[in-house]
Amino acid sequence: MTQLTPFWNWLVIIVSIGSILACWWLLHWTKGISDRDDDTSVDDTGHVWDHDIRELNHPLPRWWLHLFNITIVFALVYLVLFPGLGNIPGVLGWTQVQRYEANVAEAEAATAEVLAAYEGMSPGALAADAGAMETGRRLFGNYCAMCHGSDGGGGPGFPNLADDYWQWGEGYDNVLTAITHGRQGVMPPLGATMEYPQLFALAHYVRSLSGLDHEAAQAAKGQQDYTMLCVACHGVEGHGMAALGAPSLADDEWLYGRTVDDIVETVQAGRNGNMPAHESLISEPQRRILAAYVMSLSQNGD
Amino acid sequence: MTYNDKVVRQFTVATVLWGIVGMLVGVLIAAQLWLPALNFEISWLTYGRLRPLHTNAVIFAFGGSALIGTSLYVVQRTCHVRLISDALAAFVFWGWQLIIVCAAVTLPLGLTQAKEYAELEWWIDWMIVVVWVAYAVLFFGTIIKRRVSHIYVANWFYGAFIITIALLHIVNNVAMPVDITKSYSMYTGAVDAMVQWWYGHNAVGFFLTAGFLGMMYYFVPKQAERPIYSYRLSIVHFWALIGIYMWAGPHHLHYTALPDWLQSLGMVFSLILLAPSWGGMINGIMTLNGAWDKLRDDAVLKFMIVALSFYGMSTFEGPMMSIKTVNALSHYTDWTIGHVHAGALGWVAMMTIGSLYCLVPRLVGQKRMYSDRAVDLHFWISTIGVVLYIASMWIAGVMQGLMWRAFNDDGTLTYTFIETIAATKPYYIIRLLGGLLFFSGMLVMAWNTWKTLAGGKAYDEEVAEPAYWGSEA
Repeated sequence: MTQLTPFWNWLVIIVSIGSILACWWLLHWTKGISDRDDDTSVDDTGHVWDHDIRELNHPLPRWWLHLFNITIVFALVYLVLFPGLGNIPGVLGWTQVQRYEANVAEAEAATAEVLAAYEGMSPGALAADAGAMETGRRLFGNYCAMCHGSDGGGGPGFPNLADDYWQWGEGYDNVLTAITHGRQGVMPPLGATMEYPQLFALAHYVRSLSGLDHEAAQAAKGQQDYTMLCVACHGVEGHGMAALGAPSLADDEWLYGRTVDDIVETVQAGRNGNMPAHESLISEPQRRILAAYVMSLSQNGD
Repeated sequence: MTYNDKVVRQFTVATVLWGIVGMLVGVLIAAQLWLPALNFEISWLTYGRLRPLHTNAVIFAFGGSALIGTSLYVVQRTCHVRLISDALAAFVFWGWQLIIVCAAVTLPLGLTQAKEYAELEWWIDWMIVVVWVAYAVLFFGTIIKRRVSHIYVANWFYGAFIITIALLHIVNNVAMPVDITKSYSMYTGAVDAMVQWWYGHNAVGFFLTAGFLGMMYYFVPKQAERPIYSYRLSIVHFWALIGIYMWAGPHHLHYTALPDWLQSLGMVFSLILLAPSWGGMINGIMTLNGAWDKLRDDAVLKFMIVALSFYGMSTFEGPMMSIKTVNALSHYTDWTIGHVHAGALGWVAMMTIGSLYCLVPRLVGQKRMYSDRAVDLHFWISTIGVVLYIASMWIAGVMQGLMWRAFNDDGTLTYTFIETIAATKPYYIIRLLGGLLFFSGMLVMAWNTWKTLAGGKAYDEEVAEPAYWGSEA
């Protein structure tokens, strides 16, 4: 923790204590008056404004004075026990960072004990374990559902995890890698090099790969661009390349939409799919449980 | 010689008008939390842009017009002189309205400094400085010219409000402009956060508390026709309140990057603030000593006393929420929203409404509002509205705090965030209902105010001769 310079340190200490003592003095000063007035009749100050606005001068209510005093005493005691007066740490030596770290360590120790039961379990065994799947469901709800949906159904730009299409390759290991290290699915923008008629023709060709409605003449025009620009990642027949995350264009799964307009936009502006890495967010056993849970989503869907 | 009541009439009408606008926006965004589709996919109507419009409209347009208007009424009556300048008064009124219109245009456009309650961009901040200084000259100039030696306690509070808001506004808004739509704060990191909440909490303390205490100190004894309970209590709680409030800001930043020592100071000074805050409540409520029977059939006084009760309740709740252990539960939940509205609806709006019901007839030479029954109806609608609002937000807030912190022995959170939202939905609906009731009450008020103004004749009252001049009676 950065320390205050001596000037600021003393300024904070003096002004803080001074302000509290000033309250005390203010009360003490008026309390003397109220003692004197306690059993006499109430003064009228004699002040009059605007015809009928007047002021009496009742003594300060006792209970209110006590309340004020109690808060002042509490404040002074608190500032002795906890950090508050500049660099003085406080008798208890309490800091919020220590408190946080102690709480986290305690929680992590308790969690590790529970998760130890899943040490070395195979994906299949995890999937069959009701406790593990309940943990997986909660992890999915907290870490995955905001993008992929609470049922794993995905959405535009966010892959469906409950079907049989796997952009980065199928299987437990690929899913675990995605969770641990994240994925960056980059479709480069090609708009700077292509005119709209070219993009339009290319989109028709892309649609033809999966047998979607298309104008044959446009598709024929678009094939040349496809061969030059797209084949490297998506392949001659559009089957894609899982190692790069280049999706298949020959199936009926369309992450960013299947209309001509969608495809034109994808080619023109590019796409940046970003699955964040969770290595630093959740522990290793939790990641394995989560991967097994994600696998179970598509199996249950069958 | 007469008082300048024209500017007071203008601000009074503006108060009712902006109250309706600000609360309508509040009702809309409360409805959006229940049914997000109510933003109609129009960027100007999205929650993120309308929420600052709501807060600025109710605090600075509704509350500000009420404070400036009543302060100019009260300072003339209690100094027994006309305002020093009619031109300056007109400038303050039209300047303030222009600022409000600029806010109402820029905030929905998404132009913001991203500082809560200080969202307005740099050039509007400059307009505020100019109008505020003019207002200060008008107010303090009139005090200087007074014909009674004692300065009435209401003016202490109005004065503290004027000086402090100037200081807070200028320091917090120091920024480097880029162009008309954008500026960068001069502060960075934790310092920026601290300056912002030093401003933010004192906007509550001096705009929404000290200013409205000034209003209370004139209109409660006026309506009750009873003397202020204790001059001595006024002195103690005034100095303690303005001295201590300045320190309370860090409690908005508990368990953040703010150094521990600042958090502790913020907490203990917030606790010390309890008694000074209650001093104002005691002085207001005990002023009814000997006139409690008036509460039976005077709905205007009912507004004031209920306002003071909500003031007492929220100034108890505030220090409790500033305790770090409590704050760990309450922070970032709807409990905070409930707390703010206990103050903003229960205290600020109800005190304003009560004071305006006392003031409006006098501005047009009438004895009372056009319809007493409408005042009574308004009272019950608003009271039920506030209670529904804050009770639902209490329950929602505590529930959210408990759900967020619950976790299982496998290290996972017990509830996903969306589950906490789903659980809050019923309370959002009850809150919407409460807000809708409070808003409806403002429509009743608008009708009653219109009828009262139309039934009387606008005129400037003769300046009253002071009862005495000198240090004592």
